[in-house]
Amino acid sequence: MSSKASEVRLEGVGKRFGETWAVRGVSLHVRAGEFYTFLGPSGCGKTTLLRMIAGFAAPDEGGVWLDDTMVNALPPWKRDVGMVFQSYAIWPHMTVFENVAFGLRERRVSRADIERQVGEALRMVNLEGMQGRRPSQLSGGQQQRVALARTLVVQPRVLLLDEPLSNLDARLRAQMRIELLKLQRDLGITTIYVTHDQEEALALSTRIAVMSAGAVIQEGTPREIYEAPRERFVAEFVGASNLLRGEVRQATRDTLTVATDLGVEVRAACPSVHAPSPGRILLTIRPEAMDLLPPGEPADHRNRLEGKVVASAFQGAAIQYEVEVGDTLLRASVTNPKGKRLFQRGDLVAVVFGPEDVGIVPEEPRAESREPSVVRSGQD
Amino acid sequence: MDRQSFVMTVPAGGTRRLEWGQAMLMVGLLLLLTLFILYPLLRVLFVAVSDGQGLTLRHLLNFFDRPLFREALVNSLGAGGLAVAFGSLLGVPLAYFSVRYQFRGKLLLQTLGVLPLVIPPFVGAVALQLILGRSGMVNLLLLRWFGASVPFMEGLTGVILVQTLHYFPFIMLNTAVSLANVDPSLEEMAQNLGSHGWRLFRRVTLPLMLPGYVAGCLLTFIRVIDDLGTPLMLNYTKLLAPQAYLRITTIGIDDVDGYVVCVILVVLSLVSLWAARKYLGLSEYATVQRGTTGAEIGRPIRGMKLAVVLLISAGMLGVSLLPHLGILVLSLSRIWSFSLLPTVYTLGNYEEILFRTPHFVKNTLLYALLAAGVDIVLGAVIAWLLLRGRVFGRNLLDAIATMPLAIPGVVLAVGYLRVFHGWDVPGLGGPLTGSWVILVIAYSMRRLPYTVRACYAALQQIHVSLEEAAQNLGANQVRTFWKVTFPLMLGGLVAGGLISFMTSAVELSSTIMLVPKIELGPIAYGIYVYMQSAIGRGPGAALGVVAILLVGLCTYLTNRIFAGRSGSAFRV
Ligand SMILES: Nc1ncnc2c1ncn2[C@@H]1O[C@H](COP(=O)(O)OP(=O)(O)O)[C@@H](O)[C@H]1O
Ligand SMILES: [Mg+2]
Repeated sequence: MSSKASEVRLEGVGKRFGETWAVRGVSLHVRAGEFYTFLGPSGCGKTTLLRMIAGFAAPDEGGVWLDDTMVNALPPWKRDVGMVFQSYAIWPHMTVFENVAFGLRERRVSRADIERQVGEALRMVNLEGMQGRRPSQLSGGQQQRVALARTLVVQPRVLLLDEPLSNLDARLRAQMRIELLKLQRDLGITTIYVTHDQEEALALSTRIAVMSAGAVIQEGTPREIYEAPRERFVAEFVGASNLLRGEVRQATRDTLTVATDLGVEVRAACPSVHAPSPGRILLTIRPEAMDLLPPGEPADHRNRLEGKVVASAFQGAAIQYEVEVGDTLLRASVTNPKGKRLFQRGDLVAVVFGPEDVGIVPEEPRAESREPSVVRSGQD
Repeated sequence: MDRQSFVMTVPAGGTRRLEWGQAMLMVGLLLLLTLFILYPLLRVLFVAVSDGQGLTLRHLLNFFDRPLFREALVNSLGAGGLAVAFGSLLGVPLAYFSVRYQFRGKLLLQTLGVLPLVIPPFVGAVALQLILGRSGMVNLLLLRWFGASVPFMEGLTGVILVQTLHYFPFIMLNTAVSLANVDPSLEEMAQNLGSHGWRLFRRVTLPLMLPGYVAGCLLTFIRVIDDLGTPLMLNYTKLLAPQAYLRITTIGIDDVDGYVVCVILVVLSLVSLWAARKYLGLSEYATVQRGTTGAEIGRPIRGMKLAVVLLISAGMLGVSLLPHLGILVLSLSRIWSFSLLPTVYTLGNYEEILFRTPHFVKNTLLYALLAAGVDIVLGAVIAWLLLRGRVFGRNLLDAIATMPLAIPGVVLAVGYLRVFHGWDVPGLGGPLTGSWVILVIAYSMRRLPYTVRACYAALQQIHVSLEEAAQNLGANQVRTFWKVTFPLMLGGLVAGGLISFMTSAVELSSTIMLVPKIELGPIAYGIYVYMQSAIGRGPGAALGVVAILLVGLCTYLTNRIFAGRSGSAFRV
């Protein structure tokens, strides 16, 4: 199957509904066999992008390429791009078998082969013995599997998944996430996945495109996206970073010293590629990179902010704190808290974090992301 | 304390008293509906299957030995079937265009598509005769140009033509609703798997829109078989409904054959209703749309395709609006015979019906308003009992209240004549059948299923927690109903009342048998009487225009209440 895996390229793609652009200036390159994710809040244009790849909407700008063919004018039924809809779109007037066999019948596969391939596909998604069921007799998770089997059985060149897990309950979601991952890696099929759930995106993807307001803000591997957000939006949307405003005081080869608006200097160790020109910037610090110490204790080489605990919540694997530092609320997540000291509301504490845990993003969106029609491809 | 104990604020004694109240209400309603729906029907059935000694199937079997009756049965079935077939040819493409394509004039198409329902079929029959009849406009032209004419309106052809043009919107509206409810992603998924064009339509779209289409066909079929006015107007009587009518009115109320024909009519309605229900029950797949699909509603079309769509739509609507035009022109004419258009125009026809015989319009307003009022009250109470009641007999109540859907007007009227004839009611100074009250009863019973349904739907939308919240704050059940439930279901009540009002205002099937004397007749009867003579055609047409205006106004209001869901009044 993997021999059939295709590449998908978007070049400056835009789609307009009436006067407003739902998507604009999106360029990206999904390589064969990749698990590529569009991650962004609801309404940012993920589905619209997916629909253009599947052929349900024609781009008003730019081009969609499958391997070496530009497919803008190719109707959906000729693209061989499998899509799983958010609503699953299981045909209610057909049994499970008929649903899964539909695509094979369209392809004039012989009756015996249909029988065999449908059986295999249903086994692959753990639905043996459900052939005769009506969709109304299936649970949400089962419907989802039927939708997956129905699309995979025709061995499409690309698999498109539109928030496939969003209609499932939390437990099922976790389970399906693992199954999906295994399935995709086994089949080696090029997959484009749409979600607004950062955890899903981080867990499944080989690469992620973070989207906002119809444009791709940052593209990269899950680690890059999580550890080195290049925009304020990414830092906040993925992993809910703490943000500190400040001004660059001193820049050496690998360390920036920043005077924060809190009146405390913070050192940030950052690769020179990301070092912005001196001026006002935002520091991003993940909650789980922060530690809490009693006020007097030394913090070694780490950054240190003095504050007061305003809330604490024990969550088992971690304790969430909110600490007031000056007029800013910081969220700190102290992981693996067993044996560590528990602070109470009102305690004075020192929030400490290493320079390597501090990220830097521009205070304003970068010029290029303010004008989404600029082509941003092949970053990194 | 669990949630339940917060909600149960009605003390046990109060609850029990309330259920006594509900039980009384239920018994009262069952008695009322039995007296005016079930009992007359059973009496008709009884007469048909009994002779002096006891029960017998002799009369029913005789029916099939009589060539005239056999022919009437075949003709009725044929008329129903063909009206459904031709109605589908008109209605399905229009439904598809209006849901699936986006073009200028689409709104006009949707609006005009409902208009045929606004003109009572027997009025349409008269108008069509002027245009397509033997000496109508079209045939005069054909004669002049080709020296030949086409018998559009002769016999059964005319009946089917009129009924097709009148009833096809039922098919169009129900199909359109079904089609609009099909989740677009279901079709897109099929495209995604390689399907398109006709195959896509046949394998996915068609099966999914079938429930609405079948409902529309059923409605059309039952109404056509039930229709008495059209055949009478066109003077074609070899159909079941006119046979029943003629038997009872010319031979007499004791003629068994009339009752047998009635039974056959009821059986036909019941069987088709049952078949459709069974089918709809099997294929009941609510297509609930989850999340935005991003699909555009209606595909924009241009060029040749647009031209074809516009041409077809315009052609079909043009033909279906002919009756309206014809009746309007006729109502303004003094002399119109053997000529393309009237030779002398006048407003005298309106003077006649508004000043010399104003009772037709006045009676209509009175009867239809009363019937609508009765239906609103009964509908609201029945819906409440069905959804919120906690007493026995709800299934029975539902069944009896739905029954009139399958009882042709002629049959109900025959039943009333049989039951209430010679049964003096104190206060009326005679039998019920001698008073106009019988008309109000017939109208309200015939339209009851629609109001019950409208109220039921409205009440269903009101979550019971809204009522529980009021009770939790100390309102008793009666106050809760008046302060919370009633205002919330008002829309449904008014809509149900309007439907009842407008369909009663143009009812002819039972009217024609039940009107005690001419001065007590409503518009429908007036039209029928006027149209019997050549000089009455003008005033008859003027009454027809009044009927069209009444129905049109109510349709408009109903659609306003249903917030633009066009034609909601005409769906099952
Ligand atoms: N058919 C449509 N007509 C008009 N606007 C649309 C349509 N589909 C999507 N949009 C708009 O385009 C934007 C992006 O939508 P979508 O791609 O569905 O977002 P997402 O999938 O990221 O939640 C939204 O603002 C949405 O309202
Ligand atoms: Mg979406």
